[in-house]
Amino acid sequence: MKFRLDRDVLADAVAWTARTLPNRPTVPVLAGLRIDASDGQVSFSSFDYEVSGRVSLDADVADGGTVLVSGRLLADIAKSLPNKPVDLHSDGSKVTITCGSARFTLLTLPVEEYPELPELPAASGTIEGTAFAEAVAQVAVAAGKDDMLPTLTGIRIEIEGEKVTLAATDRYRMAVRELTWQPGRPDLSAIALVPARTLVDAAKTLASSGQVTVALGGDSGDSLIGVAAGGRHTTSRLIDGEWVPNYRRIFPTETATVARVEISTLIESVKRVALVAERNTPVRLSFDEGQVVLEAGSGEDAQASEALQAEVDGPAIATGFNPTYLLDGLQALGTTFAHLSFTETPMKPVVIQGVDSAESEPDGGYRYLAMPIRLSG
Amino acid sequence: MFVTIELAMLHADLDAFYASVEQRDDARLRGRPVIVGGGVVLAASYEAKAYGVRTAMGGARARRLCPQAVVVPPRMSAYTEASAAVFDVFRDTTPVVEGLSIDEAFLDVGGLWRIRGPAPGIAAQLRRDVREGVGLAISVGVARTKFLAKVASAVAKPDGLLVVPSDGELAFLHPLPVERLWGVGEVTAAALRRRGIQTVGDIAQLGPSTLTSILGKAAGRHLYALALNRDPRPVEVGRRRRSIGAQCALGRGPRSSEDLDAVVVSLVERIGRRLRRARRVSRTVVLRMRFGDYTRATRSHTLTEATARTEDLLDTVRGLLAAAMPLIRARGVTLIGVALTNLGGDGAVQPALPFDERPSGTLDASIDDVRDRFGSAAVTRAALLGRELGPAVPLLPDRPR
Repeated sequence: MKFRLDRDVLADAVAWTARTLPNRPTVPVLAGLRIDASDGQVSFSSFDYEVSGRVSLDADVADGGTVLVSGRLLADIAKSLPNKPVDLHSDGSKVTITCGSARFTLLTLPVEEYPELPELPAASGTIEGTAFAEAVAQVAVAAGKDDMLPTLTGIRIEIEGEKVTLAATDRYRMAVRELTWQPGRPDLSAIALVPARTLVDAAKTLASSGQVTVALGGDSGDSLIGVAAGGRHTTSRLIDGEWVPNYRRIFPTETATVARVEISTLIESVKRVALVAERNTPVRLSFDEGQVVLEAGSGEDAQASEALQAEVDGPAIATGFNPTYLLDGLQALGTTFAHLSFTETPMKPVVIQGVDSAESEPDGGYRYLAMPIRLSG
Repeated sequence: MFVTIELAMLHADLDAFYASVEQRDDARLRGRPVIVGGGVVLAASYEAKAYGVRTAMGGARARRLCPQAVVVPPRMSAYTEASAAVFDVFRDTTPVVEGLSIDEAFLDVGGLWRIRGPAPGIAAQLRRDVREGVGLAISVGVARTKFLAKVASAVAKPDGLLVVPSDGELAFLHPLPVERLWGVGEVTAAALRRRGIQTVGDIAQLGPSTLTSILGKAAGRHLYALALNRDPRPVEVGRRRRSIGAQCALGRGPRSSEDLDAVVVSLVERIGRRLRRARRVSRTVVLRMRFGDYTRATRSHTLTEATARTEDLLDTVRGLLAAAMPLIRARGVTLIGVALTNLGGDGAVQPALPFDERPSGTLDASIDDVRDRFGSAAVTRAALLGRELGPAVPLLPDRPR
């Protein structure tokens, strides 16, 4: 095998492929990065039985072939090479990398022991890369991080024709985002549970490549999701198991009080007041005519309070939240104002949505549901 | 004006507790060697101890050592009742009682000097009260510090009273064998004896650096401080538990994963109820294992939010067990324990979103109710039918806040 690539192109491709390599691989070959060269094309791939990544590039290929080398080492070398064309050449059990006056020789790993990479499933549809990355990030804030509850570490993707609904929850809050895309066929209907971390990473790193193709393959054997753009694709195994059944039911149907607050001031204030909130104690919010009062701490310890301007429609309401859960939702909105809707009882979940002004109605595109903490006394 | 009362600490320890309760309740057992527990020895009367029978010894070995011993099954409810009666006597003696376990406690009687006189007299009265009121023998050590009081009660056994005068503490301590110090078990004692260190006095003479080189830093410093009689801890009344746990010894031989699952289900049911009764929540769940080769391992998991729900606790323990199955298959398991730590009050708990149609926690509360009224065995899981564990070992009650 023998080919030449530009230093930047090589470094980018190798860094993207190597980012999902396991730190402590269960079998040594999984630390490898596979290089395939043929007919003016070079590809770099990685796989750990869960997630695969592959970059294909045009290159000057003198000789075709396939080798497996240490992914971390190759990534470290590629990013430190001088800005000159790089020649990669394999000979027996060795790979030689030459760039300007620098020369590296790596030992190859046994490529015949390397697992077969999963095929990218057939495309289900396409979506604009940055919009997709933003939507995925918005729901991922609510995903669980506890590996003992694997189904909650996923993002649920539901596709009904042009409509895609993403949802995640860790049981204490839930985020749901609706968006439209271009399905491969208009009657497409599918549900998949994708590891949140993998989807966030794939969406983020492919965001700048324009249109992103999403591919769900659940019919034969392993059910997979593939995300592809600009010559790169990643696949991930789906999470087995049932997600929250009939989750839309959890959003309250009636609303008693609606408050609209400017997000950046609310975020700053929650962060300040939360400084005195001990673990498991809430930041308390009391909404009344024209204002919201934030408080934390108790009489026996430090206390803090702050009043902010707010548009409040409906009866006054006081409730409390884990400040982290509240902040995660507010920071994910991406608008100027937060629209909070409460039911009559303070122990029902609050629905937080983004709006552009203190007068506008939410469009329902992104909803963040948070469970309050009981206020003592 | 304050009167400095130097001798104020009592350590009271019931003698051969389970066995003494059996002898109290059955006249035929008095004066005879009694072993409680058919499998592992849970307790042995002094008559049986004279033959070398010890707590935690295998039943077969105990019967070889003392063939004439009467082996009786444990009656945990009787021991719980007896312990409660003894603790009532403790609390009638002084309000400052720190229970260490079901059969021993520290009592601080320093404040009673004006009304009840000096500590040795109070200790003698306490022994009479326990003997007459509950019918059990209790040994009491009296000293200036907790550490000396505990050592003294052990030296006083059986059925004795030992006072360590404040001007004779080192004279009392130094001739004792090293095993009398807290934290010196068989292994440490053997390590010390190999170097000719027999008594507490030898340790004091050795100096801290030699001791840490033999035992390691922490243990070495600890023992050296004790040998020099340094122990300033006060009595902690109603000290709250830092963990709630239960364990189950298993016989040798392979266990199917269904058997192990039944064991952890029983353990979690038991400690979940105790957790809720103490009005507490736990965030960290610990699975303890002892293997066929006597090595041990623990696996723990910290939850996102604290919980008192049996279902959440069980999910976590099952996850830990599943992750440990390769280890269990390779080495065989002889003991499984589950402990709940990282405890907090149940006042400020983050409730979960209502995923289920029924309000969360209602099932646990209903089952707890039924068990409180009709006994632990009144309701059980179908998976546990015919697989109930042995009786729960009595413990000091978990105090609600």
